[in-house]
Amino acid sequence: MPAPIRLRELIRTIRTARTQAEEREMIQKECAAIRSSFREEDNTYRCRNVAKLLYMHMLGYPAHFGQLECLKLIASQKFTDKRIGYLGAMLLLDERQDVHLLMTNCIKNDLNHSTQFVQGLALCTLGCMGSSEMCRDLAGEVEKLLKTSNSYLRKKAALCAVHVIRKVPELMEMFLPATKNLLNEKNHGVLHTSVVLLTEMCERSPDMLAHFRKNEKLVPQLVRILKNLIMSGYSPEHDVSGISDPFLQVRILRLLRILGRNDDDSSEAMNDILAQVATNTETSKNVGNAILYETVLTIMDIKSESGLRVLAINILGRFLLNNDKNIRYVALTSLLKTVQTDHNAVQRHRSTIVDCLKDLDVSIKRRAMELSFALVNGNNIRGMMKELLYFLDSCEPEFKADCASGIFLAAEKYAPSKRWHIDTIMRVLTTAGSYVRDDAVPNLIQLITNSVEMHAYTVQRLYKAILGDYSQQPLVQVAAWCIGEYGDLLVSGQCEEEEPIQVTEDEVLDILESVLISNMSTSVTRGYALTAIMKLSTRFTCTVNRIKKVVSIYGSSIDVELQQRAVEYNALFKKYDHMRSALLERMPVMEKVTTNGPTEIVQTNGETEPAPLETKPPPSGPQPTSQANDLLDLLGGNDITPVIPTAPTSKPASAGGELLDLLGDITLTGAPAAAPTPSSVPQISQPPFLLDGLSSQPLFNDIAPGIPSITAYSKNGLKIEFTFERSNTNPSVTVITIQASNSTELDMTDFVFQAAVPKTFQLQLLSPSSSVVPAFNTGTITQVIKVLNPQKQQLRMRIKLTYNHKGSAMQDLAEVNNFPPQSWQ
Amino acid sequence: MIKAILIFNNHGKPRLSKFYQPYSEDTQQQIIRETFHLVSKRDENVCNFLEGLLIGESDNKLIYRHYATLYFVFCVDSSESELGILDLIQVFVETLDKCFENVCELDLIFHVDKVHNILAEMVMGGMVLETNMNEIVTQIDAQNKLEKSEAGLAEALACAVSAVKNMNLPEIPRNINIGDISIKVLNLPSFK
Repeated sequence: MPAPIRLRELIRTIRTARTQAEEREMIQKECAAIRSSFREEDNTYRCRNVAKLLYMHMLGYPAHFGQLECLKLIASQKFTDKRIGYLGAMLLLDERQDVHLLMTNCIKNDLNHSTQFVQGLALCTLGCMGSSEMCRDLAGEVEKLLKTSNSYLRKKAALCAVHVIRKVPELMEMFLPATKNLLNEKNHGVLHTSVVLLTEMCERSPDMLAHFRKNEKLVPQLVRILKNLIMSGYSPEHDVSGISDPFLQVRILRLLRILGRNDDDSSEAMNDILAQVATNTETSKNVGNAILYETVLTIMDIKSESGLRVLAINILGRFLLNNDKNIRYVALTSLLKTVQTDHNAVQRHRSTIVDCLKDLDVSIKRRAMELSFALVNGNNIRGMMKELLYFLDSCEPEFKADCASGIFLAAEKYAPSKRWHIDTIMRVLTTAGSYVRDDAVPNLIQLITNSVEMHAYTVQRLYKAILGDYSQQPLVQVAAWCIGEYGDLLVSGQCEEEEPIQVTEDEVLDILESVLISNMSTSVTRGYALTAIMKLSTRFTCTVNRIKKVVSIYGSSIDVELQQRAVEYNALFKKYDHMRSALLERMPVMEKVTTNGPTEIVQTNGETEPAPLETKPPPSGPQPTSQANDLLDLLGGNDITPVIPTAPTSKPASAGGELLDLLGDITLTGAPAAAPTPSSVPQISQPPFLLDGLSSQPLFNDIAPGIPSITAYSKNGLKIEFTFERSNTNPSVTVITIQASNSTELDMTDFVFQAAVPKTFQLQLLSPSSSVVPAFNTGTITQVIKVLNPQKQQLRMRIKLTYNHKGSAMQDLAEVNNFPPQSWQ
Repeated sequence: MIKAILIFNNHGKPRLSKFYQPYSEDTQQQIIRETFHLVSKRDENVCNFLEGLLIGESDNKLIYRHYATLYFVFCVDSSESELGILDLIQVFVETLDKCFENVCELDLIFHVDKVHNILAEMVMGGMVLETNMNEIVTQIDAQNKLEKSEAGLAEALACAVSAVKNMNLPEIPRNINIGDISIKVLNLPSFK
């Protein structure tokens, strides 16, 4: 078959393709040719074919069938073949393919090859893609090469050692002896890679770090090398734009930083040289700035003296004023790192930083924004906030969410007055409304309730804000909530801070209704609006009928959430009208802390009206969903621990079950009104289980006096006793503790106790203490059964026992009828 | 550590791609596409650093330089100095210039393997190996010479074989008559 075309020809051909499809066709044809050539095992042209394959791989076409060919090339004797073979291995293979392990032997041989370039190739490949198995096998060879005098190989071996250490950290000690003489080299390449190796070792292991500090006296060595570099004058081979080997200088500075961190002696030893570098380096070109940047970072990180730190911050200040964007970016980054430790010094540059907010460059803007938030404090809050709000107006969408959150946080910490705080938040909501994070809404509501004197002002402003535009959901949600709560203040025009506006009740209802109808409102927002309308029924006087009509319309809404709310509110109007005003009273001040104990909550809220309970589960601080914030805290009277986040709060569809979940975890301590007797809620079609039943142990603070225990079962050496407990507060629940004991000579294993009760009862079986009943009555299995008996019928139980005894499986059924009357009456 | 080195042109066609961490081929192509997308949007007079959640980790930065029709992009993590990498890109391009005599995009297109070899002398395993331009060029020249000598030997052999195959021995004159000297040429068997 004709000789395969050269790489150049292939490239030329592919470049003539005018469409993607044409290119694909050409490549497929060539791939087929290459595949058949591989099958022929042609040694002369393999190298050419693999080169072409690598080119096609770069363009994005699959090339995995060339992996084995690369291995064959590596095994060849020719340098040309090896070169392409190793390149192919680096590009096509990685540690996820099993094939790569086949390379290990070839690499081992090549590491001991006579030609240095072959050794170099092997080191390079191992350092790029060696897996941990390969590294383990070949670490010895690498270490040997680390000690060679050939500088070309030494530098490669050093970097290969870094890779080995990264993959197999345990081998670090192996390379320790070889590092002793590394820094005595003259060759800059070796010096550079040695510093990298030492850096890696120091970063990975604090023991190594301590070792290098004390025993090796690394710091003086490095200082000496750095000094030579600076003082040596012009040396043409290492010169880059007038500075002698800046890469090496930067590396050494970085290693000095690691050595000097948290160590006084080392830091002292480097103070002089750092000052020298900082003052002598020319800053007209990028290289000088790179070195200065690294110096500044080092100074800030080690325990340097204060004069040096001031010098560093001044350098950064100069960077900030530089025309070159890169330098400014770098300055902002380093200032961000140092703002924690040297806050005051950075404050001096605040105005420049704030100017950077207006820069056109996205990267610089982001850095400036982060830095500005770090610099906000009580003194400069007003000025800074003005700038930040302006920034929020004009910045790109990707920043708005972060900026808004940052502003909220800053405002919370340093707000000079409540009015200012509320104004700021309103401004954020109106400008960046849709980017505000979900948890901002409940936080904001909580904040508003806390500032009691600002209620009128707040609600007025919010009303005005949504009059014009009700598309921004967080704003509308907050506004709806506030209007619902403080609508009476709005209508009565009581605002002191601002010019009060004249609003009628109908206008307020108009706006709320338009929110309900609007397509832009999400389901959550609508929920807010509906609840707000409902609350207004107690605050408004003339428009109650209108409210009733609205509420009844939504009783047939397609949205289940809205429908449920509307239906319940309807129920409120019809059957519980006497309770309506109590229920919809003004919300108390909420505490930010999760365990809420709102002080003056009307106690009647909690128990007597479980109907709205279903969709208004108790809140606890920042709620993940904003729904929960509506009729908050109806169960508030009890000290409810916030296990709420674990029970999803927004599932109105399974109302009964949800409540059970919620209350199942609640430890109803103290509050006497906690458990309404089931008889007061006959119309609720849920299991009467509501608040009792599933509660845990503390319920039995007051246990009914001794009920005699019974032997429920006694046969074949197995005896089961029942002991009873009942509580005075919960007479329909009986807790039975069974004890199973075994009087035979052999243990009973895999013991399982099952029980069934008649339909009028409900049963809950907790897990047993173990599944083995030891012989000779040496121990018992205990298990707790809870029985709910609301109709106070006679307790009957059928039990089934399964266990293994004397090597055979036993099973028995029995009925227990001898329950004492005190256990169920 | 340098995670990846990419060179692509103004239209996003990759001219060189080297990854120092194992990624699947799809991920690699995706990274190239996304990088091009991010970098091509940049204006000329903004800074050369981009932050992006490019390869999943959040502290990865893109440091790029635009030369004529090519973008040179280095994707690094936070352990590398940004300004230092900028200088490194400059050194890389200058080295290419020296090796290729006024390098242009076509050189990179037709000699991808050579560019890889040069890069391998500068960056190894994601770490900077050598920054001295002359040193790099010396090593590259020595290796190329080694290749040429190997190839030269093989080619010379191949040339010789094909030359002998193409010799048309039957066309050699049987009788060479130069005046009074008459040389009779032997009848040699034909060479095929």
